[in-house]
Amino acid sequence: MAPSLRPRATVPGSRVLAYGAARGDLSVPNDDLVGPIDSSDEWIRQRTGIVTRTRASAEVGVKDLAEQAGREAIEKSGIDIEQLDAIIVSTISFPYATPSLATLLAGKLGRPDLIAYDISAACAGFCYGIGQADALIRSGSARHVLVIGAEKLSDFVSPTDRSISFLLGDGAGAAVVGASDEPLIGPTVWGSGSENWDTIRMTGSLIDYRDGKTPWPTLEQDGRTVFRWAVWHTAQKIREALEQSGLTTEDIDVFVPHQANMRIIDELVKQLKLPDSVVVGRDIAETGNTSAASIPLATHRLLEEGSARSGDVLVQFGFGAGLAYAGQVVILP
Amino acid sequence: MAHTEDEILAGLAEIVNEETGVATEDVLLEKSFTDDLDIDSISMMTIVVNAEEKFEVRIPDEEVKNLATVGDAVKYIAGAQA
Ligand SMILES: CC(C)(COP(=O)(O)OP(=O)(O)OC[C@H]1O[C@@H](n2cnc3c(N)ncnc32)[C@H](O)[C@@H]1OP(=O)(O)O)[C@@H](O)C(=O)NCCC(=O)NCCS
Repeated sequence: MAPSLRPRATVPGSRVLAYGAARGDLSVPNDDLVGPIDSSDEWIRQRTGIVTRTRASAEVGVKDLAEQAGREAIEKSGIDIEQLDAIIVSTISFPYATPSLATLLAGKLGRPDLIAYDISAACAGFCYGIGQADALIRSGSARHVLVIGAEKLSDFVSPTDRSISFLLGDGAGAAVVGASDEPLIGPTVWGSGSENWDTIRMTGSLIDYRDGKTPWPTLEQDGRTVFRWAVWHTAQKIREALEQSGLTTEDIDVFVPHQANMRIIDELVKQLKLPDSVVVGRDIAETGNTSAASIPLATHRLLEEGSARSGDVLVQFGFGAGLAYAGQVVILP
Repeated sequence: MAHTEDEILAGLAEIVNEETGVATEDVLLEKSFTDDLDIDSISMMTIVVNAEEKFEVRIPDEEVKNLATVGDAVKYIAGAQA
C-alpha cells in the first residue's frame, strides 16, 4: 500500500495587498494612426472610446514595464522582498519563447530563487494570475505572490491592420497577493472557448516567418465575433462570480472589466443594471487596450484618483484570445 | 411560444430604445437602421445580441448586414423562431 503523505496546512483565504502600474512613455493619439487604415479620430472615438493610447519607445521593453509595475506593488504592499514566494507573469509579448519573463524578473527584483513562471491567457491573463495566486496561497504552497500582466503590444501590431492594431497600447499592472484569515478574493470563474481559437490571432507562425512564408506576425481579430461574445456571455459569468462569493450585483462598488472597448463596458454596465454610484474602470480612453495589463492599470488609476477606496467590492473580468476568460471579486486593499 | 410580427416589432422597439434612446414609436417597419435611426455597427451588434436573447433565435453575423430595415429584422426573427 502506498504511504499516505502528510497533508499541507491550508490557509482560509488570500487578499490583494497593493497594486503597481507602468504605462508606455509615449502617448499616441488616434490621428497618428488613422492614415494607413483609412479611419478617423471620430470613428475610433465613437466605436471604441479610445482617445489616445500609451506605447513604449524602442528602448523600453516589456521586461522594463513589468519590473516597474512589480517594484511599485511590492513597495506599496509593505512586505519585504524576502517574504515573496512566487512571481506569475501573464504576457503574450515577451519576445523569447523561453526562458520566462518571470524568471528574469525574479533576478532583477533580487530574488533569483522564486517560484517563477509565465502564463499565456492574453486579455484574461491578469485574472487567471489572480486565480492562481489565490489557489497557491490557500493550498499552502506560497504566502506571497506577485502577479504581473505586462505587454508591449506595439511590437506586434501592423500600421495597416484595421482590425485590432489601432486599439492596442503598452503597459504593465501588478498586484501583490498575500495570505489572509478571511477570503478577500472570491472564487475565480474561468474557462475558454476553443471554437473561437482563431478569432483573435497572429497573422502567421514564427516558423513560417523564419521560412519567409509570412511577414513579421502581428495581431488581428474578427472584432464582431469578439464583441458579440462579450455582450452575450460576460454579464452571466460575472453574476456567477458574485454568486460564488455570496454577493449580488447590488454589492458591487467598483467594476473593472477588461479594457477592450468602451462600448462593451457601457453595455455591461447596462446589462448588470449598475447604478451611477458604481465606479467603472474606463482607463481605455487614454491607455488603449493593453491586454493582460488593462485590468490592474485601470484599478490602479481608480485607487490613485481616490474614486475607488480600500474595502470596496471590486468585480474584475477579462476575456480575449482563445476566448479564454476569467473573473473574480476582490476586496480592494 | 412563437411571437407574432407585431410582438417582435414591439420588442425590437424596446431594445432599440434601450440601446440608443430612439423613441419606441419611431421604430417602424420601413425605417432603415443606419439612415433613419442613426444606429452604428456597434449598436447594431448589441441590438442583435439582445434580440437573440429576447426572442430565442440565432442571427448569424453574415445575416446582420442583410437586415437593412426594422422590417427586415422583424421578418428574419419571425422566420428564425419557427
Ligand atoms: C474592432 C471594432 C471596433 C470594429 O468595429 P465594427 O463596427 O465591428 O466594424 P465592422 O467590421 O462591422 O465594420 C463597420 C464599418 O466600419 C469600417 N471599419 C472597420 N474597421 C475600421 C477602422 N479601423 N477604421 C475605420 N473604419 C473601419 C468598415 O469598413 C465598415 O464600413 P462600411 O459599413 O462602410 O462597410 C469592433 O468590432 C470591436 O471593438 N470589437 C471588439 C473587439 C475587442 O474588443 N477585442 C478585444 C480583444 S482582447
